[in-house]
Amino acid sequence: MHEQIAANKRKTVLLIVLAIVFTGLIGWLIGYLFFAGGTAGLVIAVVLAAALSLGSYFFGDKVVLTSTGAKKVTPEQEPRLHNVVEGLAIAAGVPKPEVYVVPEMAPNAFATGRDPQHSSIAVTQGLLQIMDRVELEGVIGHEMSHVLDRDILIGTIVATVVGAAILLSEIFTRTWFWGGGGRRNNNSGGDAGVLGLILFAVGIVLLILAPLAGQLIKLSVSRNREYLADAQGVLLTRYPPGLISALQKIADAPHAMRAANNATAHLWLEQPSRVPGKDTSTIERLFSTHPPIQDRIKRLQEM
Amino acid sequence: MGLAGWIVIAVVVLLVLWTIYAFNRLVKYRNRTDEGWAQIDVQLRRRYDLIPNLVQTVEGYAAHERETFEEVTKARSRAESAQGVAGQADAENAVSSGLRQLLAVAENYPDLKANANFLALQEELTGTESKIAYARQYYNDQVRLLNTAIQSFPSSVLANMFHFSPREFFDIEDAVRAPVQVDFEGQ
Repeated sequence: MHEQIAANKRKTVLLIVLAIVFTGLIGWLIGYLFFAGGTAGLVIAVVLAAALSLGSYFFGDKVVLTSTGAKKVTPEQEPRLHNVVEGLAIAAGVPKPEVYVVPEMAPNAFATGRDPQHSSIAVTQGLLQIMDRVELEGVIGHEMSHVLDRDILIGTIVATVVGAAILLSEIFTRTWFWGGGGRRNNNSGGDAGVLGLILFAVGIVLLILAPLAGQLIKLSVSRNREYLADAQGVLLTRYPPGLISALQKIADAPHAMRAANNATAHLWLEQPSRVPGKDTSTIERLFSTHPPIQDRIKRLQEM
Repeated sequence: MGLAGWIVIAVVVLLVLWTIYAFNRLVKYRNRTDEGWAQIDVQLRRRYDLIPNLVQTVEGYAAHERETFEEVTKARSRAESAQGVAGQADAENAVSSGLRQLLAVAENYPDLKANANFLALQEELTGTESKIAYARQYYNDQVRLLNTAIQSFPSSVLANMFHFSPREFFDIEDAVRAPVQVDFEGQ
């Protein structure tokens, strides 16, 4: 189990590096194509990504909690949930996160906050209703692992860094389409014209494909983190059947989430947009924030 | 300075760096072990505080089960004055078994089981029991790391020099995931 966690961590670090390199490259490409110099674009992209990352670092958790409609609950209102959260915080050796409930019938949960000292865990009303204590511990163990590993921070940074690249490339491809080309295009001509034009065309194609590639990187990070949190959550509860049974209940639940929003999809315990009871194809897997629930159950059973 | 000189310097630098790293690691494990023990203490105390309330509530419905009440109350006061890790563990096992008996008694009184006050106390007790279990798990994990670092070479040399001593594991019965807990919730 420890080796699996270590391998997952290495993969995640690699993906973050990939995301940063990716953003730098997009910036450089834009600079090269439109401003006759890649460095300026690279700097702009990195500065933009850094600004967005800092913003979400400090305010991301509040935004997420507000946008999902999560309500803070007291130990008197939800004694069982509070007890389970506090228990797993003790097991993980971190301060107790703040506890929220989302008024939603689909069973689901998420964790947010930049570090273990500023973290929150939210579960839906539906989850509280259908899970017994052992299953709830499995779910909270999974979320506590996200808190422990600063996955929320990693996810936020990857999302914003890639997001900045996507934003930039979209702005510039649109400007180019509607504005009749950039400066470089107008200036080229003569001898270097054909080669320049080919390079320019390749660059534009790359820029158009960039958002897709960025999205795939982001999703891959997200999926890996889910397997990692499953493994580590079980290490906290020392009881895989709890999480297995919880995931099975989620897979069987008839409700779909009302607040299925792409921006927060990667945060939840299980992808909110998934249609209950439907198998996933390879293409769908590539575009999922979460691994298929049956794969997660299989991995837990193998432990 | 020749090649040999540089090699000596490199070895000394590496040795110093390793010493700093290994020493800090020992301190980290020792502090976490202490924190873990403090957390166990907090949770055990919470359980002591619950016992008089619980006894009082059950007493209201089953006054004649005096033996059970006395036993759990005695176990509680013994546990409060217990010394050492092993002594504490023994005393806590007695408290756990007393509480199990108390809850078994409660099973026979449907009115009691429907009492809101009793249900709240039961949730508090279950929650506290599982927090004790998680605190014990954390503490034992840290003890294992600390003891391994103290006993394995070469960090054992450093541990001897600075008087780091191995700690005792906290071995209590796991009351939390035993079938009894399912009965608590009436599922």
